[in-house]
Amino acid sequence: MSSISESGNNDGVTNAKEFLTFVLGNEEYGLEILKVQEIRGYDAVTKIANTPDFIKGVVNLRGRIVPIVDLRIKFNLGKVEYNEFTVVIILNLNGRIVGMVVDGVSDVMSLQPNQIRAVPDIVASIDTKYIVGLASVEEKMFILVDIEQLMSSTDMELMDSVAMH
Amino acid sequence: MSIDMSQFYQAFFDEAEELLAEAEHLLLALDLDNPDSEDLNAIFRAAHSIKGGAATFGMTDMAEITHVLENLLDKIRKNEMALTGEHVDTFLEAKDVLNSQLEGHRSGADVDRDVQEEVKRKLKALSEGKPVSAAAEMASAAPASAPAAPKPAAAAAPAAPVDKMRHYHIDVKALSEKDTANLEGELGLLGEVSSKRLDNGHVAFSLKTEDSEDDIISICAFIVEPEDIKINLQSDGAAPAAAAGAPADGKHRFNIEVPELSDKDAENLKSELALLGDVSISKAGGKTIFALATEDTRDSIESICSFVVDLDTLVIKDAVDTPAAAPAPAADVAVAASGFIEGDGFGFFEPITPPPPAPVVEAEPPKPVEAAPAPVAEKKPAAVKKEVEKPAAAETTSIRVGVEKVDQLINLVGELVITQAMLEERISKLDPVTHEDLLNSLGQLTRNTRDLQESVMSIRMMPMDYVFSRFPRMVRDLATRLGKKVEFVTSGAATELDKGLIERIVDPLTHLVRNSIDHGIEVPDIRHQSGKNETGRLSLSASNRGGNIVIEVTDDGAGLNRERILSKAKQNGLPVSDTMPDSDVWQLIFAPGFSTAEQVTDVSGRGVGMDVVKRNVSAMGGVIDIRSALGYGTTMSISLPLTLAILDGMSVSLGDNMYVVPLNLIVETMQPQATDIKTVTGAGFMVHVRGEYLPIIPLYSLFNQPTQITNPVDGVLVIIEAEGKKAALFVDGLVGQQQVVIKSLETNYRKVPGISGATIMGDGSVALILDVPTIIKMGQNNNSEGVYQ
Repeated sequence: MSSISESGNNDGVTNAKEFLTFVLGNEEYGLEILKVQEIRGYDAVTKIANTPDFIKGVVNLRGRIVPIVDLRIKFNLGKVEYNEFTVVIILNLNGRIVGMVVDGVSDVMSLQPNQIRAVPDIVASIDTKYIVGLASVEEKMFILVDIEQLMSSTDMELMDSVAMH
Repeated sequence: MSIDMSQFYQAFFDEAEELLAEAEHLLLALDLDNPDSEDLNAIFRAAHSIKGGAATFGMTDMAEITHVLENLLDKIRKNEMALTGEHVDTFLEAKDVLNSQLEGHRSGADVDRDVQEEVKRKLKALSEGKPVSAAAEMASAAPASAPAAPKPAAAAAPAAPVDKMRHYHIDVKALSEKDTANLEGELGLLGEVSSKRLDNGHVAFSLKTEDSEDDIISICAFIVEPEDIKINLQSDGAAPAAAAGAPADGKHRFNIEVPELSDKDAENLKSELALLGDVSISKAGGKTIFALATEDTRDSIESICSFVVDLDTLVIKDAVDTPAAAPAPAADVAVAASGFIEGDGFGFFEPITPPPPAPVVEAEPPKPVEAAPAPVAEKKPAAVKKEVEKPAAAETTSIRVGVEKVDQLINLVGELVITQAMLEERISKLDPVTHEDLLNSLGQLTRNTRDLQESVMSIRMMPMDYVFSRFPRMVRDLATRLGKKVEFVTSGAATELDKGLIERIVDPLTHLVRNSIDHGIEVPDIRHQSGKNETGRLSLSASNRGGNIVIEVTDDGAGLNRERILSKAKQNGLPVSDTMPDSDVWQLIFAPGFSTAEQVTDVSGRGVGMDVVKRNVSAMGGVIDIRSALGYGTTMSISLPLTLAILDGMSVSLGDNMYVVPLNLIVETMQPQATDIKTVTGAGFMVHVRGEYLPIIPLYSLFNQPTQITNPVDGVLVIIEAEGKKAALFVDGLVGQQQVVIKSLETNYRKVPGISGATIMGDGSVALILDVPTIIKMGQNNNSEGVYQ
């Protein structure tokens, strides 16, 4: 990942931000790469009683207890199955570590501010208030998600004190 | 001076805080009539160290106060002044001011100037106002029968004692225009100053001030290196000859002998010693000898020397020590090149180079001792010498480490233990005969890991002294305020407790101690009437009892009044009866809003109430117990688990998952017979255990988890008890008993009802730890809702 980020910087662009793109259902999403701690496979989770089914439970990530959210269940997308290809993106949001299950991780790309367009009134699976913009690169469109807002929202039921938005 | 000091600030803050605490501790322990000189020295050293640090970091306010404090302490410890209660009170006040200053520097907050000035004034008044009355003692105690005011701040040669103003010449090496102006400004704070640039690039200042040379040096130190400064006292009127009464100037002459040093070390040490006073250096017979005239103590000399030489090889001798020797020097004076006057003895002139025989009085110094330093033209009195007694203070070797680092270490070791358990599991499948060596090695690894874990866990343990040490002051202040006499005793201060618990026990314990003084111990009159000693006794003890630590607050006061508590409870509408056992009655005082105090004082009613005490203690997994007898006193006993980080647990299985039940909350486990299970309409199942009917809480339905076992007869009942309530938790089976490392779910997730935390099992999987009190409550709700028919 570091090599990619270096090549991004070598473009000589100062304002470019790097995004990790992932697939959920038929849509491709992007999230700021600085929020990503690592990407790993899906391990056995420990279920937590009386939680919504998209919260798969907690795993042991090198001694830390990390909750895992399955966005496919949360947004009713894709085929929900767990095998060796299932990908978990481990996010580090201001010190809080959360894992999210997605259909797949595709790429890391560098985007200029002018490549990011405002959000039209589209119907995406993710609520538009968590979407920061759209980007189209080589005929493909990516939905850029404010992952911090999304994960701290009431809907996700991940935190006690819910960040206001 | 270009080093970035900020990195050392924290170390100074920590150290100063510790020193202040220690000083307070010693002050409180001081016996006014017969103060222990070791204690006084220790207090003095603490003040001195803080002064040094504060001056280094430019915290002049702290340096100023400690300086005055030090002067006063110095007089007391030299027996020039008798210690009084007033002194101790002022010292304590000064300590508080220093504490607040320290806090101010740490957080950048403002400190009340008035209080500082007041304390400084008091200290000054004490140190200057009393020398006359103390003169008598001085005459007998101080060898150098001093003239009227032996001002410790006396400079190189004592000027006329009447006029405190001194005229210094300060010569500073090459200094830029800007620095010169700065320095002049700084010195201007001390008194009248003027500067002149000399031809050789040096700058000469002329300063009239009351302050001592030390002050000048510490001020100059902000701008120039101390070794670049030369300070001479201008002998205004006081001719050098008049200074012949040298021994009386409050300065001591020391000869410091060290094994021969390299030129560089010697030069270093000399410049260090120059900070204390006038110093000259000579070499003889494989030794380097420094002659030093200073107001400072042996201790300060030792501590300075310790940077350069080994203390064991250091010999410090008084050059002038006996009253007998004192008059003599007046007749026979030699003025050293530096303007420093070396007194001389009864013709015991010793030649410079040949090592003279060691005086017999000296008790075996590590190296043959020679008495004559004798640089240039100096002679040295050898009349009576005292061997310096080196303090045998045990060196406390410790390092400061952040708690996060320790916690990280504990986490990593936890990981290691888990990995090791995994290895063990894998290897157990191998054939023991063919893999004998591997199995042996693994056994070794297991033992090492366990030892490692134990040692790492012990890092977090702290002695209870950390808590206890803050009480003597509080008790003293409180008792004075309430007009009570209290003798405070602690025991078991060395008992160790987890740091996390130590910090949380402070508040409840403070409340209990405060309660005991306010409500427990009676005023002297009443105690006298009831035939008790007027001085009440309050004791604080800690001890280990079978995996728990028990902390007790005991007073010999009035005791709890059963009748009053009962009537108050009835008044508050609590369910009570007159036939309740005492222990149940005492527990009533933990009810919210319960106070039997006849009047509310400013002491009670502040901070946490008894109900909060109980809640805090319960939150730590502890219990609080009261024993009391009317008229004889009360004991509050808090029992806590040793650590928060590790829990003895019973792992139970439920479907595919594993849960951990805290072992201390389990009463027993059982496999019930069908006949023991009863159904109660609207309240689910009950189980009959030893004459009691307990509600059955099926964990699978509480947690909505699928399992094959839904009939209690096929599973296991774990009888749990919390907050006085019992219930039977129905799970699939017992897995085993083990120690688990508690990890918070809330770090990355949120609080889950019924779960108090998580842990990592031997196979690397996560198991949740049950929150037993909540589960019992949840079970009651479930039952009343009639979840199962």
